[in-house]
Amino acid sequence: MSDKEVRSPEERARRLIMASLDGELSGGERGELERLLDAHPTLRAEWARFQRVKEVTETMALRPAPEEVWSDYWASVYSRLERGIGWILFSLGAIVLLSYGAWAGVKELIADATIPWFVKVSLLALTVGAVVLLVSVVREKVFVARRQRYKDVER
Amino acid sequence: MEFAFVEQNEASERALVQRARAGDRRAFGELVTRYMRRAYYAALGLVGSHEDALDLSQEAFARAFRARANLDPELPFYGYLYQIVRRLCFNFLRDSRTRRVRMEEATPWLMNQAGAKAAAADPGRSAERSELCAQVQAAIERLPEREREVLVLKEFEGLRYREIAELLGIPIGTVMSRLYTARRNLAAELEGVL
Repeated sequence: MSDKEVRSPEERARRLIMASLDGELSGGERGELERLLDAHPTLRAEWARFQRVKEVTETMALRPAPEEVWSDYWASVYSRLERGIGWILFSLGAIVLLSYGAWAGVKELIADATIPWFVKVSLLALTVGAVVLLVSVVREKVFVARRQRYKDVER
Repeated sequence: MEFAFVEQNEASERALVQRARAGDRRAFGELVTRYMRRAYYAALGLVGSHEDALDLSQEAFARAFRARANLDPELPFYGYLYQIVRRLCFNFLRDSRTRRVRMEEATPWLMNQAGAKAAAADPGRSAERSELCAQVQAAIERLPEREREVLVLKEFEGLRYREIAELLGIPIGTVMSRLYTARRNLAAELEGVL
């Protein structure tokens, strides 16, 4: 146990108990723990309870995965990598085609004299709104996420 | 002899990371093969389900490759990967929908090390052990995620305090405090059976 910077005697005792259970006590620390346990019966009772917990968890292990999992593992990761590129290309293509389709449609509708002016204005507002929303989402994804200093901090 | 092997291993990992950073998928594949078991078991200890651990650990590798520009050949690759694994696992656990499904489909992810031989020799004792194992598993699942993480790294992955501290980027004292709280909570949960 190398971290000696502890705030209180209780904290020190707790850490000594943990290090003792996990075999990370130095010779001097072992003596220190013994003295603490002799002086505080409640601490000794707690130590004994922790020892029982340790004895139980020591007999247990993570259940092994079936062996065939490992032979297909890299192939599955590789598929994910390919799918990622596929999705980017698909999204880019879809955005370009949809934008072109929307532009062509709007242009045609505006040129059509039989369509009432308020329908044309609504359609224009709808198109401009969709573009603003799209740009806003893309901007947030690309720039804000990149500059967010605390994006990796877990809440 | 052992030192030479460690150095050689580190040098080969550094070379693989450098190649992976440049987009070499074969090199990245070697890193995956090297660390897939560790990543899987780390995820299993955190989420407690084979299917989810497999999915999350594979996703972590995929994300590590996509963000390969952040890889530092001078730092251990597993440390970088583990940060992604734990973030994915914690997000997964926090997702209320997944939590609901998980409660409905609880599967055993811990086992008694005594194994099948002991079970054949004494079936009564074996049933008792399985029951205890299920209780310990349920108690660990109820621990807060950070306590569970430290407990799993210590008890089931066998890491030393220094290694846990390095992996999580926290002081050794914090590792010990979390371990203390985890064991205290575990002791309280298992009071009737200990």
